[in-house]
Amino acid sequence: MDFELTDNQKMIRNMVRDFAEKEIEPVAAELDEKEEYPHDILKKMAGLGLLGIIVPSEYGGAGLDTVSYAIVIEEISKRCASTGVVTSVHNSLVSDPILKYGTEEQKKKYLPLLATGEKIGAFSATEANAGTDLGAMETTAILDGDHYVINGSKMFITSGSEAGIHIVFAITDKEAGYRGVSAFIVESNTDGFEVGSIFEKMGINASLTAELIFKDMRVPKGNLLGQEGQGFKIALGTLDGGRIGIAAQAVGIAQRALEESIEYSQQRQQFGRPISKFQAIQWKIADMATNIEAARLLLHRAAFAKDQGGHFSKEAAMAKLFASETAVKAALEGVQIHGGYGYIKEYVVERLFRDAKITEIYEGTSEAQRMVIAKNLLQ
Amino acid sequence: MNIIVCAKEVVDVSEIKTDPKTNKPILQGIDKKISDIDKNAVEEGVRIKEKLGGKVTVLSVGPSEAREYIKELLAMGADEAKIIPYADTGDYNVVSTILAGAINNLGYDIILCGEASIDLFSGQTGPRLAQKLGIPQITYAKKLEPKEDTITADRDLGDKKVTMESSYPVLISVTKEINEPRLPSLMQILGAANKPIEVIAHSSLVSEETSVLERIDIKGVSMERKNIIYKDDIDDAIGKLVENLAKDGVLG
Ligand SMILES: Cc1cc2nc3c(=O)[nH]c(=O)nc-3n(C[C@H](O)[C@H](O)[C@H](O)COP(=O)(O)OP(=O)(O)OC[C@H]3O[C@@H](n4cnc5c(N)ncnc54)[C@H](O)[C@@H]3O)c2cc1C
Repeated sequence: MDFELTDNQKMIRNMVRDFAEKEIEPVAAELDEKEEYPHDILKKMAGLGLLGIIVPSEYGGAGLDTVSYAIVIEEISKRCASTGVVTSVHNSLVSDPILKYGTEEQKKKYLPLLATGEKIGAFSATEANAGTDLGAMETTAILDGDHYVINGSKMFITSGSEAGIHIVFAITDKEAGYRGVSAFIVESNTDGFEVGSIFEKMGINASLTAELIFKDMRVPKGNLLGQEGQGFKIALGTLDGGRIGIAAQAVGIAQRALEESIEYSQQRQQFGRPISKFQAIQWKIADMATNIEAARLLLHRAAFAKDQGGHFSKEAAMAKLFASETAVKAALEGVQIHGGYGYIKEYVVERLFRDAKITEIYEGTSEAQRMVIAKNLLQ
Repeated sequence: MNIIVCAKEVVDVSEIKTDPKTNKPILQGIDKKISDIDKNAVEEGVRIKEKLGGKVTVLSVGPSEAREYIKELLAMGADEAKIIPYADTGDYNVVSTILAGAINNLGYDIILCGEASIDLFSGQTGPRLAQKLGIPQITYAKKLEPKEDTITADRDLGDKKVTMESSYPVLISVTKEINEPRLPSLMQILGAANKPIEVIAHSSLVSEETSVLERIDIKGVSMERKNIIYKDDIDDAIGKLVENLAKDGVLG
């Protein structure tokens, strides 16, 4: 057993850490404030291969392992959780299912566009009436000659207004329940594809979250991903991988909260000494650090399990559950350690506090993660 | 163009804290990295190669275990690396002797160094190396214009700016301002795994190392604030501040 990262993983961490410090940190607060999508950052990330992390080299990617992927998302999210989730969705919710379920033709057409960042990816599953219960979706896809005609709408889609390539889920057989859901690769320039509202949010404000409306949107038959009726399985399998990305985002947020808290507590003087000398502060920091360490181990363990090729949905759910709850706690304590300053926008912990909460909600709420874990244990 | 870049692994000095009792630096658990200015030298070497063709060899005297730092330089575009394990990398006379021994076994046109390493900042290794090899040197270069037969360098000497030209072979030490070292892409990082790293015993290069450095102690500089507040009339306050600064020798 070896807990050391490989040389490559360390080099990747150092490179992304440098990049995030130099290129993301200076603009992160402003992008959040202005609710501006990180187009420039993504362009630079593409140049470094960070938009094709897991895509094999024959399709223009770096073909890396999932632990390296987790390291990248953590380091990016430490500086900007919005860019973190955009990158995570792009890699693990869009490139990954195309790689896993796509035909050779689909892979050749779409993976290079995604890996080089020419197109950003979005994953369009949630609907107004179908969240945790994705099976309740109402969007339909009806075969008409060489095309599927898709009608319906999607809710809360990360990068929905910016992405060029969407994985869209729709019902192809109303009678078949879960087995009636199918997945499609949809280009955003397809007639009938419309962006509805862009939502104002509590946090991750630089990742635009959109409503999508499909009106008689004709998608070529060749863009069906996997088989008809396989959509629900594709969604769940893909979200297993996505949860590794969100766990990594959460670890990044928590780690930043810890680092900011250590630095601040050593500088801030009250009662004639740094507040880090008070046991109450020390214990907060000790607990934060311990939880983060545990979260990162669960994360890397889940990533490793994915690469081993077996079943990893329990591991991914545990990592996502624990890491997201760790992020929320760490951000909360981070603000507390900063006192009144922590409530002021000038201090990073204020943003971390707003950003952390979403990690307990998307790609399956904490309740949903517990359902997945329990199901794996009790079945 | 045969380019050799000397690069040193150092502790990340920005992370060093000193023991409050002994005032000695606490080095345990501090991250290591390639000395920043040496990365500028590697970047410049790779740029010269991109312009004129050739090969970039990284030469490092220091620990042979932590290869990820050396591999980072290969990922940036260097072609191969040679590590010469030696414990006391702070002794610039020994280090330059070892480097000269290694370089004598290689062909070279340009040797690039950082102006100094960020840990001890003696700035001696490069010049001593040039002297031991008996080749011309240009120090503190902040811009290079390499051509087939000669190279010109803008040097930054603080109050003076000088442009120099040299034929090859030449040793050049660069400043931090010369460039912005590139970040390697994921593909370049993966590619670095296939580039050769050779470990050479220092005993095969020099018969005996002569240390000229006597190290008495390494201590942190403690900075204490005087906490003087001038709060009278603003003109008075400025006058007093200037007077006191002059008294302390801060203003000339
Ligand atoms: C910023 C943001 C970005 C998002 N990005 C995307 C995206 O890119 N693509 C996408 O498809 N979706 C996305 N979503 C949607 C997100 O995944 C859903 O919001 C989430 O899955 C929860 O669904 P819901 O909001 O409908 O909540 P509901 O499912 O209505 O849940 C409400 C509450 O009930 C609980 N609950 C529900 N069912 C059960 C149960 N059986 N047992 C116990 N408790 C239960 C939930 O845990 C939660 O606490 C995003 C959402 C946000 C806010």
